[in-house]
Amino acid sequence: MLSSQIKSNEIIFGSCNKDLLEEIIFYGIGLGADFIEIFIENTDNSSVLAEEDFITSVSPSFGRGAGIRIFKGTKDGFVSTNDLTKHGLMRSVSQAIEMLDITDNKREVFNGLNKHRDYSLSKKKWINEVPSIHEISEKLLVSTKSLKKNNKIITRKGSYSRNLQEVIIASSDGTYVSDIRLHQTVGLNVIASDAQYRSSGSRRFGSSGMPNEFRLWDHEKAANDVFESSMNMLYADYVDAGQMPVVLANKFGGVIFHEACGHLLETTQIERGTTPFENKLNEKIAHESVTAIDEGISEGSFGSLSVDDEGMEPEKSVLIKDGILKKFISDRAGELRTGHKRTGSGRRQNYSFAAASRMRNTYIAKGEHSKEDLINSISDGLYCKSMGGGSVGATGQFNFAVEEGYLIKNGKLTSPVKGATLIGEAKEVMPKISMCGNDLELAPGFCGSISGSVNVTVGQPHIKVDSITVGGR
Amino acid sequence: MDSREITTQISKAADFLNLKKWDYGASFSNDYSVQVDKGEAKQLKASQKQILTLRVWNESNLVGITTTSDISESGIKKALNQANIASDFGNKNERTEFSPLAKDPIEVKDAKKRNPVGIKKLLTLLREAEVKLLESHKSIKSVPYNGLSESFYERVYANSDGAFRSYTKSQAALYLYARAEEKNKKPRSSGSVKLGYGVEDIDIESCIKDASNKTISHLNYSSIKTDKYLICFSPESFLTIINAFSSMFNARSILDGVSLSNKNSIGEKLSTEALNIYDDGLHEKNISSSPFDGEGTPTKKLCLINKGRIENFIHSESTARIFKTIPTGHAGLGSKVSVSPDWIVVEKSKEYSDLKTSLDHSTYEGEFVYIEELNAIHAGVRASQGSFSLPFDGWLYKNGKKISIESATVAGDIKYLLKNIVNIESSQEVTTSGISPHIWVDELSITGDA
Repeated sequence: MLSSQIKSNEIIFGSCNKDLLEEIIFYGIGLGADFIEIFIENTDNSSVLAEEDFITSVSPSFGRGAGIRIFKGTKDGFVSTNDLTKHGLMRSVSQAIEMLDITDNKREVFNGLNKHRDYSLSKKKWINEVPSIHEISEKLLVSTKSLKKNNKIITRKGSYSRNLQEVIIASSDGTYVSDIRLHQTVGLNVIASDAQYRSSGSRRFGSSGMPNEFRLWDHEKAANDVFESSMNMLYADYVDAGQMPVVLANKFGGVIFHEACGHLLETTQIERGTTPFENKLNEKIAHESVTAIDEGISEGSFGSLSVDDEGMEPEKSVLIKDGILKKFISDRAGELRTGHKRTGSGRRQNYSFAAASRMRNTYIAKGEHSKEDLINSISDGLYCKSMGGGSVGATGQFNFAVEEGYLIKNGKLTSPVKGATLIGEAKEVMPKISMCGNDLELAPGFCGSISGSVNVTVGQPHIKVDSITVGGR
Repeated sequence: MDSREITTQISKAADFLNLKKWDYGASFSNDYSVQVDKGEAKQLKASQKQILTLRVWNESNLVGITTTSDISESGIKKALNQANIASDFGNKNERTEFSPLAKDPIEVKDAKKRNPVGIKKLLTLLREAEVKLLESHKSIKSVPYNGLSESFYERVYANSDGAFRSYTKSQAALYLYARAEEKNKKPRSSGSVKLGYGVEDIDIESCIKDASNKTISHLNYSSIKTDKYLICFSPESFLTIINAFSSMFNARSILDGVSLSNKNSIGEKLSTEALNIYDDGLHEKNISSSPFDGEGTPTKKLCLINKGRIENFIHSESTARIFKTIPTGHAGLGSKVSVSPDWIVVEKSKEYSDLKTSLDHSTYEGEFVYIEELNAIHAGVRASQGSFSLPFDGWLYKNGKKISIESATVAGDIKYLLKNIVNIESSQEVTTSGISPHIWVDELSITGDA
């Protein structure tokens, strides 16, 4: 308590930094900034890798830094630094002001920071519950041992990473918040081999704000999934290329919506003029069976947050309702430059990136069909049980690798196939999602974009796409 | 603190903590970048960054590591402490030591370090470039992805055995990606990237011209029939493929069981005798060259494929020891030391009698697909299985005409691709990731919309 009353010349985590932050903001406003935002971060991360039956890597890391963003009109200048002293922060403000070449005499009013809103209060209790490296190592080794199911498995890996991030966000609109974020992720990978045949299998799990989640993780089930997937694909033939109907599985199948459509609904894409949906608000952009949501509030989900990186609480945004475009994902710059209201989606990898409009937990809502309904409706097509990564090009074309695929013949799943890629464009594929299953599930992932790599969740129920290009051989 | 002072600070703190054996790698940088949007400054960025990675060996000679951005006295002590704790989990099955070459002389090229031009100058230059690119063709409506940056950095390696290496560099980069739109057609986009030691070394006019020409060349497009085609890989796209499958030459990947090669693959025939591939991090055209790797081993030129056969693997200290050879200067400092190539150089050897030398991308009149650029490498490459399925930008050459391919993927197997190289053109081109001539491959699968 005493420390919070001492005037400091340096940011101190866990203390009240109000006076210092106000002084810096006053300084920036006095130099002509329209708006100034200070994002300060303290991180404590660890990762552990188990290979075969040994721990082969333990990597702790920690760091501190600040990102200062100044707006003048719609222009912004962003400076990041590791120097958290008053002198260092003021120097960064001066640098941002100088970059923006501010010369007018117009001065905004800054009325001081609001009462500190501390989202970390309820979390401080569980910080000590985070598993130790020893505990993590033991469970990872048990997990990789579980993967040793036959002699065709030639490599077994288990990896864990934990990111603990303490943030302070203050800005000239009075915002003054702090938070602690905990993200844990664990994954299993195998490579199987038999003569000239090779396959791989992987699964990743992740959570936010739940220290016990790793302890509760069912490693046996995960190991069985990974093993079965690699065995099913080991002798698979390459898929024949062509146009065909596909069923995309739930969970990580949602990556297709994330990449193909979700990114095009971020205001950064409107700013660049690279989304075909810019002027389509309240117009039909998808099949009427599609309702899509982006939110940051699902408890424990990998993309959830108590407050975004611009100090706003995340909202649940219905992006598409029954095929009609209802909302874009927006941050502060997005609101300023495109007029779309902020949605609590200003996110960044760390202090060295300016926040941008980014997805959080993004998914297609569940429909009324069973998985079997979808598969039974196809006479000749592809079932994509497990999706790999994907990307979307500058003009909207996307592609996704199918890690585990099966041919559908006469409404039944038949032989496994490998080497499939799904290719298309969002505005052409979205109207072709004709059936949604009733089995919505989410899966964690990392999304790389303009403001770095952020934790997200993708998700969907099983969905049917009436026709899509499948790349193969 | 400068790098010598940091080394002294670490040494003192290690003594205080009774840590006898340690090393570290560090990077200190100042970066400046600008982006514009239709003549207006969009985002201007500056950053000052420091990263320190410390390794310590405990009494059982097990290694622990910590990375930090806090290089204050207390930060360094905390990092050493954490690394010491992590050393309890050090890998007992694969010991790590200092590189035996960490004190060998390094080849220091002319640093060509430039002075900062500053944000205002960067902004002026990028604004002008954007205007010129927009004016270069009526169909180019915007330059949605653009940036001009300059970086100034120092890299350091030192250890408790007295090794100390440091170098400072500057680097600048310009990228321009234009978007062209025509009525009743899909938007098309392409671009260009140029690197230099400083902004004054970047050929801005050529970047504008390349971005414009590439974008316009894709305006008249058509879908392609799914089939097998004769392919000509541009230097850039062939280097992309080789880098994506560089685990074939990577001793770390071999030990980890994720490479298509094994310990006995040296001498294995992969391709035509006409193919040579080197890793040459110190090549004079490599703007990002570094004279030493993460373990302090000097960078050097290494032949990976000689006349179509695997000649060498790239190594760190520990993989070299296991393979009973010497480190090659390709290590990245980490808890588990990584190994990666620096700068790939592809060339035609003197043994090229089996090549179809009539295949030349500028004169050949038969049907073929020219792959200009491969995309989505992270999603479409299965390095451990040898397969790829990648979207690309390119053209179909047919009946004397060249037409941009609307949307397609090329799929295959790296070993099949290397075995089916039918020509290696004579002239090499410098790209941002290495040097290569155009490479012709027969019978690769293309999936298109038609």
